[in-house]
Amino acid sequence: MDSITSQVQQPTKTKQKRWSRFKRDYELYLFLLPIIIIYLLFKYYPMYGVQIAFKDFSPSRGIWGSEWVGFQHFIDFFNSYNFWTVIMNTLSLSFLSLLFGFPAPIIIAIMLNQMLGKTYKKFVQTVIYAPHFISTVVLIGMLNVFLSPNSGMINHIITMFGGEPILFMADEGWFRPLYILSGIWQETGFATIIYLAALAGVNPELHEAATMDGASKWKRVLYVDIPSILPTIVILLILALGNIMSIGFEKAFLMQSDLNYATSNIIPTYVYEMGIQKAQYSFSTAVGLFNSLINIVLIVTVNRIAKKMTETSLW
Amino acid sequence: MNSLLKRKSRGDMWFDIINYALLTFIMLLVLYPLYFVLVASFSDPNYIYSGEIWLFPKGFTLDGYERIFNDSSIWIGYANSILYATLGTLIGVAVTVFAAYPLARKNLAGKSFIMWFLLITMFFSGGLIPTYLLIKDLHLLNTMWALILPGAGGVFNVIIVRTFFQSSIPDEMWEAASIDGCSNTRFFWSIVLPLSKSILAVMVLYHVVGFWNGFFDALIYLSDDKKYPLQLVLRNILIQNQVNSGMMIDVESYAAKMRVTELIKYGVIMVSSLPLLMLYPFLQKYFVKGVMIGSIKG
Repeated sequence: MDSITSQVQQPTKTKQKRWSRFKRDYELYLFLLPIIIIYLLFKYYPMYGVQIAFKDFSPSRGIWGSEWVGFQHFIDFFNSYNFWTVIMNTLSLSFLSLLFGFPAPIIIAIMLNQMLGKTYKKFVQTVIYAPHFISTVVLIGMLNVFLSPNSGMINHIITMFGGEPILFMADEGWFRPLYILSGIWQETGFATIIYLAALAGVNPELHEAATMDGASKWKRVLYVDIPSILPTIVILLILALGNIMSIGFEKAFLMQSDLNYATSNIIPTYVYEMGIQKAQYSFSTAVGLFNSLINIVLIVTVNRIAKKMTETSLW
Repeated sequence: MNSLLKRKSRGDMWFDIINYALLTFIMLLVLYPLYFVLVASFSDPNYIYSGEIWLFPKGFTLDGYERIFNDSSIWIGYANSILYATLGTLIGVAVTVFAAYPLARKNLAGKSFIMWFLLITMFFSGGLIPTYLLIKDLHLLNTMWALILPGAGGVFNVIIVRTFFQSSIPDEMWEAASIDGCSNTRFFWSIVLPLSKSILAVMVLYHVVGFWNGFFDALIYLSDDKKYPLQLVLRNILIQNQVNSGMMIDVESYAAKMRVTELIKYGVIMVSSLPLLMLYPFLQKYFVKGVMIGSIKG
């Protein structure tokens, strides 16, 4: 009998305890109030608004009053003539960016880590981090002036060697190389930070032991440094793979013109074009929703894999 | 043994030489485009066109900068960007830091629920159009609040600050203070914040750079060109070739206009990017710190 009452009393006791904790910490909940309001309004309310992907939205009737059309907009998107172009453009652009962009900071971090002179190393680091702070608008502006057919530096070099000037920015074949190369130029330096931190954590005894055994610097890079930072590399690669469909809007949009549209038309620019420029609100929302569903599946899958392989995960 | 040591070090010497040479080359590859913009912005545009500028300005001129400094649109853009960056940073950092502290406390009731409430938005969002419609319904279109409020308190920043609090403000400190009758608010103001100056600096810098360089929100939400931030003004000049006619009032032929436009482009790249590029080397350690804390939990 005694044990039963104590069992019954326990939950009320913890409830009371929780209430007293709540009362004692009420200020902390006030601290949280602004972020909760902002999220409810600007993040969660739009999630409610995403239902217009399944409706025929008309501004006069509002989100709630518009008529349901089911999956019509999704079907329209799947059947539209540029469905596969948009998907393939998005996938190719991010896969190729990853393929060429991912190894670059690893190699440079390893090289930096082998530098002996502290001052010169600092200087190199400062220089190669700098482009990270240039805005996308300025980056694409620089591409425009350097690649200009009659006044650009690159075309001057080409004509100097007897070549014909190339209309880089207006060529659909050049869109991806330019996007990727400019990305490597801008972000490689800053991305070395994480690998440099990992390299700084490599046990110096391993290096000492290897040196004692007569291993050269090159061998120590191959057999000490790289295996030691492999977990970091794997985690970052997995995370990057999870984000393969969430490529940014700004850069592709700024590089886009009618002349390179065939390769530069990717999901985010398509959503913008259809939604903001052509005011097809429902259709554009459907395309965006389709993209974010793929994203969720990708991130969850990739996180599962990460958990299995490395026992670390995002959550 | 002696010869072995020597041979080994000779191999390592080559390794070092090649390593230094390659890194120097890479550094120049990064530096040269920036340097070239600087040089070209002081040069006679005729030489830019004929490709005669490589290392030093040729036909030194301040013409480009004069035209830029006399044009109001760039100054309006500058003023707007400073305003948006200041207010946005103030609000953004405040929301972030206030949210991060309670979430760093070990035994806050409902903590994991609130954490999930924030984290979900990392994986799922309403998307462009529903957010746009909301901003429109709230009558925030064409106001700076559309640029400042929706992004305030980003999850990633909250996590960075929370990680910092968890590792540098132990819960025992709060317990001791609360026994002495210190309230949460007072503890936050007089203990937590003074101990967190470095993470506050990281957050301020992240926000300032973000607002200074961002242009997407302004592109979508602002229609009045008097409210354009600098990046939107730059886009018109650099990418859409729309140089303000007021900058060209004395230039006659079409060819000359093209040349001056080119010069102005080099100039505005400098004018807009130089403040950040000059400041950043002194603040580098804070950016690096931010990346490090972020990577612990990312």
